[in-house]
Amino acid sequence: MKNPIENLNKIFDSRIRLGIMSALVVNTEINFNDLKELIDVTDGNLASHLKTLEENGFIKVQKGFIGRKTNTTYTITKAGEKAFKQHLEALEQMIKAMN
Amino acid sequence: MRNNNFHLTIDLDCLIICFYFVIQSAFYMNEQQQSYQALRDIKQMMERSSRFISLSGWSGIAAGLCALGGAVVARYFINQYTANADGSGPGYLEEALILVAAGTFVAAFILAFLFTYTRSRKQGIAVWGVAAKRLMFNTAIPLLAGGVVVYKLLGLNYYGLIAPVSLIFYGLALINGSKYTLGEVRYLGYCQLVLGCINLWIPGNGLYFWAAGFGILHIVYGTLMWYKYERKTKE
Repeated sequence: MKNPIENLNKIFDSRIRLGIMSALVVNTEINFNDLKELIDVTDGNLASHLKTLEENGFIKVQKGFIGRKTNTTYTITKAGEKAFKQHLEALEQMIKAMN
Repeated sequence: MRNNNFHLTIDLDCLIICFYFVIQSAFYMNEQQQSYQALRDIKQMMERSSRFISLSGWSGIAAGLCALGGAVVARYFINQYTANADGSGPGYLEEALILVAAGTFVAAFILAFLFTYTRSRKQGIAVWGVAAKRLMFNTAIPLLAGGVVVYKLLGLNYYGLIAPVSLIFYGLALINGSKYTLGEVRYLGYCQLVLGCINLWIPGNGLYFWAAGFGILHIVYGTLMWYKYERKTKE
């Protein structure tokens, strides 16, 4: 049997990145501040993880303004949805394989 | 002497094999636990970001008790009014009942908010987070529309329709909001809706239907929710 570990996505190893993806899967879009509050991390930390996800093509960034304040919102891409689904299935297999 | 040595090597081999299995199973356990933990994190984040799950059962119970209290006071005013029909004009009763209704609503809202606030603080979830805002917005829309209709009905003196219409709009508001909080709220909404529709054909008994909908249904719902979600966390 193929080892299910191979299907786990390395990018989702980080709890913060996994958290970002989980939130984006069930919401059409979330802005930076709401994500920060949900995941409970510092600005810099969140920004660097968002950057990684963006570079991998899993999320899309839209920069906008509310008045003078910047309002950056994030949405999940088709590739991101697919990768997340595969990761979930791999997790499921891991648990099944060991029972 | 030789025999002894032989036993020793066998024991050592056994030990190594046992040791290997212990490490192997520890590794597997760890992998499995990590997968569980990851799935639990994902589930929690999905819920947290889309639904406001800190709604306390005590909020429902408190709101229901307020409504029953309000209904008793309203009944008292109506009894007094009918007892000396010549003494006080119709404007007096209408104003008194509106005040009772407004007071009941404010008291119920404050108490419901307090219980939910303490619960969300305990869970470490922001009371005014993304999910809570969405819940408020989506329940407020049908409620505001209902408020406008009730206001118009008051102006037209269609008193018999006020209780059923407010129950129907409240039911719709709950059904709409249930997507953004505990799913069970939907069933409370259906019950209010059915109660309001029945009341349309029994217009004289609005106060009783109101007490049943806003009072008893809230208490039943609150008790069930407390039993299902909050009792467990205490153990």
